[in-house]
Amino acid sequence: MSAPKWGVVVFPGSNDDRDTLYALETVLGLDAVPLWHASSDLQGVDAIALPGGFSYGDYLRAGALACFSPIMQAVTAFAHEGGPVLGICNGFQILCEAGLLPGALVRNRDLQFICRTEYLKVESTGTAFSCQLEKGDTLAIPVKHGEGCFAVDPDTLASIEKNGQVVFRYAEGAPNGSLDDIAGISSEQGNVVGLMPHPEHAVDALLGSTDGRGLFESVARWLEGERGGATAAAQGASR
Amino acid sequence: MQFVAKVYVTPKPAILDPQGKAVASSLGSLGYQEVSDVRLGKYIEVRLDGEDRDQASSRVDEMCRRLLANEVIEEYRFELEDAAA
Repeated sequence: MSAPKWGVVVFPGSNDDRDTLYALETVLGLDAVPLWHASSDLQGVDAIALPGGFSYGDYLRAGALACFSPIMQAVTAFAHEGGPVLGICNGFQILCEAGLLPGALVRNRDLQFICRTEYLKVESTGTAFSCQLEKGDTLAIPVKHGEGCFAVDPDTLASIEKNGQVVFRYAEGAPNGSLDDIAGISSEQGNVVGLMPHPEHAVDALLGSTDGRGLFESVARWLEGERGGATAAAQGASR
Repeated sequence: MQFVAKVYVTPKPAILDPQGKAVASSLGSLGYQEVSDVRLGKYIEVRLDGEDRDQASSRVDEMCRRLLANEVIEEYRFELEDAAA
């Protein structure tokens, strides 16, 4: 297939939408369009990124109000049909608030806003945004957040771990107090992924790391796999 | 009838509340040694019309579950008062 077309949702208060579009278009050479929050038109995109920032001013709770925007109704339907959706930082918070991912992000344990490069261990390659990575690899990717402490009840945490839904873990311990050092998780099907670190800030060697590229590049392989998925599943069943 | 719902949202006991801890520590610094714990939450006032108290109450409960509180990390309770009172 041709390279996937990306949509980057723009909420009032998003501030990494431009960087995400830059990473996709200018650095990775992909087709990408901004998707305005007040529209429900996904413009035929194959994959969607919810960028970082402070949608709706983080009013009430980070990500809480963005869930009810017209574009999110369309994004939710897209995700339920198996479409790849990546939530970065505030995007992760939105996916949790929308119920597309389990858990929630709360205030960092030490109350500090953390802005630095973190090392992430790849824990699962069974997702739309990690299928091109190697399990066990360590990626250098920046974090910048005040509310990135992943919280969830113990039963759900156990099921996330058991289902292999932990995609990325902080290799040197969670700087924000996240349970099980979780930096990013996926939906059960693997098409929805949320993470606090910013892969779009790690695509250009000039800025110190290109380790974020693999997340965006994974989507093409995932979509190809989906088209050949019926055959793969049949082969799996016959083994 | 018009009502005012006074909604209280607080972090669940099992959820880390670093803001509450920081406030507790500051109260300790001020000499309030009797303070053993602080939980920091939100207070929300919602003014609404309702057919009667039960109907309004069930609507407010729904608002809490759908938006005002995130039950993954928070608990809520509310009091419903007549707006005229």
